Amino acid sequence: MKHTNEEELFAYREGEMKGRETIAAHLRECGECRAELERMEEVFQALNVLPVPDPGEEYGTRVWRQIANRLPERRMNWWAGFFMPRRLMALVAAAALLILAFYVGRKTGPKAGGEETVDASKVRERVLLVAVGEHLGKSEMILMELSNAQPAEAGKSLINISTTQKRAEDLVEENRLYRQTALNGGDNAMASTLDELQRVLLDVANSPAEVTAAQFESIQKRIAAQGILLKVRVVRQELRTQEAGSRPAPAQNDSTAKVRNKA
Amino acid sequence: MAEALTGNHAGGISDAAAVERTLAGEREAYRVLVERHSAYVYRVAYRMTGNSHDAEEVVQEAFLRAYQKLRQFAGNANFGTWVYRIAANYAIDRLRQKKNEESRREVSTRKPESDTEADPLSQIRDRAPNPERLAGSAQLATKMQQALQALTPAERTAIVMRHWDGCGIDEIAEVLKSNNSATKNTVFRAVQKLRQALKPFAESRGAARAVAES
Repeated sequence: MKHTNEEELFAYREGEMKGRETIAAHLRECGECRAELERMEEVFQALNVLPVPDPGEEYGTRVWRQIANRLPERRMNWWAGFFMPRRLMALVAAAALLILAFYVGRKTGPKAGGEETVDASKVRERVLLVAVGEHLGKSEMILMELSNAQPAEAGKSLINISTTQKRAEDLVEENRLYRQTALNGGDNAMASTLDELQRVLLDVANSPAEVTAAQFESIQKRIAAQGILLKVRVVRQELRTQEAGSRPAPAQNDSTAKVRNKA
Repeated sequence: MAEALTGNHAGGISDAAAVERTLAGEREAYRVLVERHSAYVYRVAYRMTGNSHDAEEVVQEAFLRAYQKLRQFAGNANFGTWVYRIAANYAIDRLRQKKNEESRREVSTRKPESDTEADPLSQIRDRAPNPERLAGSAQLATKMQQALQALTPAERTAIVMRHWDGCGIDEIAEVLKSNNSATKNTVFRAVQKLRQALKPFAESRGAARAVAES
């Protein structure tokens, strides 16, 4: 009878599915291997006896006192508040309304009888479609650059990804906002793609500025494994189609300064 | 990572709101996050570093780094999990750095030794008391602490994250900056080394049990 080796027993204990049935069957028959598994289990039980000192109830307050003076000041510019997620939503909505008025004034002009019909939601949607489309375009560039780079050609032990990393960092906050907007709007497919994109962007943003060839390859593999580049392309294409569909028919009248000024 | 890492709290503001307010320039909001998650991060840091002094430094550095990187924090993620990873990353860097410094010191002061003598685990075995003397959980804890100290930084990080915090292999791989297969091997190697180091104790317990059962 062939006994299970230590590695197989460990994999079995860890819940590994490969060969699980065979090992389980063997363990039922073989007392020696069962005893071996029990001895392995004792190591994990022994880990539990390791004491960790209780830092005390006030520990959090103590940590705060130790670090508070070392935290850099977060100076907010007067406009920076607008870029907080909630406020930015309001900003986008406001911008959409302004564009709406401007757009209506320029392209459609006043309707017969002087009534101005505006479809705020459509215009706002279009603004968002364009913005998200641009965001996905920038993300796609980063993903393509990383996927197509040849680490071997660098000829160095470390690869500097700081430039790409900076760009990924810049896109993280933006991506988060669009993901939230998609969720709020009930567009779960878009939210899911942006969620996956967020992980890849964070992955790149949090990597060291200089990575080894193996680490770089690992980033490439993660991008490839998730198929995120393809997903981004597909969503981007869909957005382009939607955006073309939401574009209004060519204007029939000349623009009117009157409406634009009103806006 | 089972312990109290939820983002919402019955008392006080949620983690998500605290993050948002900190980003808006309200520094006191960060205090909520520090006070809420410090103890948990401390326990992780202690297990990784093996002593209070280093653990406290890891906690402080983790919260300082988290504050600096707060804009990168994904709103849908859990702040506790995020700061845990920052702490684990910093702890492993620190362990590696210390190990390198120690090796440099040893190389400059030590005479050449055979491979067996240089193996930290064999040194532990050599210094270890006889199986007869190894009884009771206090000795076991000391022995385990020594065995953990003898692991490489990656092995130690892997076993702490896997055993105590129930992290998945991919999470550990991320901290170790390695792939899943290599990470599985690292966890296995750690278990193998711990088993070797605890063998005398396990054997003595087995012998004691055999005596009791006979």
